[in-house]
Amino acid sequence: MSMMRLMGLIRKEAYEIVRDPSSIAIAFILPLALLLIFGYGVSLDARGIPVAVVVDHPTLLTASFVGELRSSRWFRPTNYPGEAPAEKALTDGRAAAIVWLRSDFTRLALSSGRAPIHVIVNGVDANQARIIENYLNGAWLAWLAQRAAGEGIRISAPVVAEARVWFNPAMRSRDYLVPGLIAIIMTLIGALLTALVVAREWERGTMEGIMVTPAGKMELLLGKLIPYFVLGMGGMLFSTIMAVFLFRVPLRGSISVLVACSSLFLLTALGMGLLISILARSQFVAGMVAIVATFLPAFILSGFLFDIHSMPRVVQLLTHVIAARYFVGLLQTIFLAGNVWSIIVSNCLGLAILCLLFLGLAIIRFRKRLD
Amino acid sequence: MDAIVVANLSKSFGAEPARRNALKGVSLRLAAGSMTALIGPDGAGKTTMLRTLAGILTPGAGEVSVLGHHLPEQALAVQRRIGYMPQRFGLYEDLSVEENLTLFADLHGIARSEREGCFSELLTMTALGPFRKRLAGKLSGGMKQKLGLACTLIHPPDLLLLDEASVGVDPISRREIWGIIHRQVVEHGITILLSTAYMDEAERCDSVIVLHEGEILAQGHPGRLSSPLEGRSFLFELPENLSTSPRTVQSTIAGLPGVIDTVIQANGLRIVMEEPAPPALPADLVGRGTLKASPPRLEDAFVSLLFGRVKRHGISVPAETAASDGTVVIEVHDLYRHFGDFTAVKGVSFSVRRGEIFGLLGANGAGKSTTFRMLCGLLPSSSGTLRVAGLDLRRAPSAARARIGYVSQRFSLYEALSVKQNMEFFASAYGLQNRRKKSRLAWALEEFELSAYAGANAGDLPLGYKQRLALACALMHEPGIVFLDEPTSGVDPLARREFWTRLNALACQGTTCLVTTHFMEEAEYCDRLVLMSLGEVLAQGTPSEIKAAARRPGEPPPGMEDAFISIIEEHERSSRRAS
Repeated sequence: MSMMRLMGLIRKEAYEIVRDPSSIAIAFILPLALLLIFGYGVSLDARGIPVAVVVDHPTLLTASFVGELRSSRWFRPTNYPGEAPAEKALTDGRAAAIVWLRSDFTRLALSSGRAPIHVIVNGVDANQARIIENYLNGAWLAWLAQRAAGEGIRISAPVVAEARVWFNPAMRSRDYLVPGLIAIIMTLIGALLTALVVAREWERGTMEGIMVTPAGKMELLLGKLIPYFVLGMGGMLFSTIMAVFLFRVPLRGSISVLVACSSLFLLTALGMGLLISILARSQFVAGMVAIVATFLPAFILSGFLFDIHSMPRVVQLLTHVIAARYFVGLLQTIFLAGNVWSIIVSNCLGLAILCLLFLGLAIIRFRKRLD
Repeated sequence: MDAIVVANLSKSFGAEPARRNALKGVSLRLAAGSMTALIGPDGAGKTTMLRTLAGILTPGAGEVSVLGHHLPEQALAVQRRIGYMPQRFGLYEDLSVEENLTLFADLHGIARSEREGCFSELLTMTALGPFRKRLAGKLSGGMKQKLGLACTLIHPPDLLLLDEASVGVDPISRREIWGIIHRQVVEHGITILLSTAYMDEAERCDSVIVLHEGEILAQGHPGRLSSPLEGRSFLFELPENLSTSPRTVQSTIAGLPGVIDTVIQANGLRIVMEEPAPPALPADLVGRGTLKASPPRLEDAFVSLLFGRVKRHGISVPAETAASDGTVVIEVHDLYRHFGDFTAVKGVSFSVRRGEIFGLLGANGAGKSTTFRMLCGLLPSSSGTLRVAGLDLRRAPSAARARIGYVSQRFSLYEALSVKQNMEFFASAYGLQNRRKKSRLAWALEEFELSAYAGANAGDLPLGYKQRLALACALMHEPGIVFLDEPTSGVDPLARREFWTRLNALACQGTTCLVTTHFMEEAEYCDRLVLMSLGEVLAQGTPSEIKAAARRPGEPPPGMEDAFISIIEEHERSSRRAS
């Protein structure tokens, strides 16, 4: 290992990064675009749900209940003259749910203090349906409680759940989406950067010239890892700044823990990229493999969008080899909960094993040979 | 001491049944301080040999020792002491000339104090001094190649391995590169092994190795290799004011019994015979030129060595018809093409008559391909007029395109389709149907002798066969004009000869052929040509007109390469005077 050779390789890579806009674009423009699209465009919260309201016998009480729905930011109620047109609205997709106040609503409300409502939810999107159902239920309970308080009656709901949400009290889905998204972006940056730049050397024929020099394989590998590690950390810093200052995601854990975990993850992602580039020698193939083998699994199997615990057991086992799985957990914890050591240590351990695996394989498979 | 010792080296690629043996039990010894050329047809194993010696391919079987180090175990020790220049030397195009040199100096551990002296010496030698800060990607082809050479000479090496270092560069750069290589042997005693497609380069080496299909056919001093041809080489001198084209004479002589090879050269035809006896010229030729014995050249030896081993095809050249009636089929006037603020083609004008072979000559980057793409309607021109087959390309590009055939630089065949499927596809693409399609397919398989390969994938064909297939596909719809962009680039001398014979046959049938090439000696095969440099036409006319223009009083007529160099130098002088 010679410092002069290593520095020479790093300097060369640095010039290429600065002069060829493509790697800068991957490290900075890609996170910017993805964070803006996802941060603003994707939200798992339901807001302004179109609700078809059918009232059999309009009274002051029914008006008060519909008023309650209207005043909430979750619903956009529309009155329908009967059940049939409401159902038509549901099937046409103009309404996501039907709230049907039957003719006995007012009578039951006055006599027992309990006024049953009939709710029909479009269940095509099961997740959304459950959220709407819960929201409607909540709105109904709130209205009952408010009415009871006004009348001086205690309502006797069998069990009243008092929910308290920890770590994300405002229940803003953006707060947990953005840290997860950073993990996905970093997977893509890490793997794509190294996979493309090594494949580029093969394509342009520079690799053949470099191979027939005294540079050893560790020097060649480190000469790629170090510059792109720095560039990747730059992308990470940029994404974190966007998360905290643009999306107002709280950062409750310490910066040093964030830096340490990100470094470990970035090394793993760069290792995957190196491994891909050793197997695929054209930029096109390397790019495709990087996206299919790292980005897509990270998106689906990391727990970023879909809960790992609700996956079938086999798939759950599979998620253990997805590096992003550990990083999603780490980032969500560090951003929203703080330094929770049990989670940080176990996830870092998982990452460290994968990191050693990928880098080790890259070192073994990389040869200064063409065959 | 021997710098390289190779014993029974074999190397194959791929798995059975598609295994290809690149080297079959090759043994050789190279004395330290000698200069050796590796020559042979495409796929002979030249690159595999050089890569194995550089330690980046593992020998399949046999012993390889380079500078006393055993390969493949001591590859790193070898790589510390050699300089290797691959066919496409990978320069970092985003790095400047100086930064590229610094990178290789770093990799070879050159002390900082020695660098300045070493760099300035290399930059002076390669005449790259004024371009120190220029990005390597912005250099011309010849300059890139010289910079690549400078990078491999940085340490300085004990052994230099060069894989076709001067292919595709302009004649001036080729001369400079050769000068640099030669100095390494004379001044520094470096051992050199180089592969080349130019026989004149090989002729200047101490020793030549002829490789063919992974085996050594002959080895020794170039003079010794050509000595068996003593008395078998002849020159048929033709007067400069010959009424017919030398091509017709060539095709007649090529058909005579006992003739191995005929080449058109500066002042006539070179003829190589199977036996030491002059060719029996037919009566009508006897009076048209003078036949002389000529000292054999390495190229004669190379062709005769491969004669019989490589299946050569008797291509019948029909007698010249009244095809060349003087009708102008291509007219180019004041053509310009800009790419951003770069002007690739500057005011080019020429016209081509029916049945002519018309050449566009120039180094890489001279603007030949850009001109070509505009002629084929693939690229719009920035300004100027273009008429092909009587049609204005700006108004009726697709109608004009239906009348032309185009063979692109890399042949653009579908590599995963078989030979026949490729032909069928191109036939359909040109709108051929039923009987006509069937008869053209049969014609192509027969005419280009591809029947044996009809079921083989185009990607698996040897380069020479790919070239034939590409030509067959371009001729499917019987176009009146064919455009061929660098059809002989990377193709060995034998395949090049065959290609020109084929073109000759086409032209005689009345097909107009437009060809670009960077091989200056191929100019002799053209009826007329233009010489291009940096987007401009420097000279045009018949080969003898161009050579006459470059002829200095009191000197013998120059070869095309010398003519080209003196025309470029004259052009540079006059443009300096003008500015």
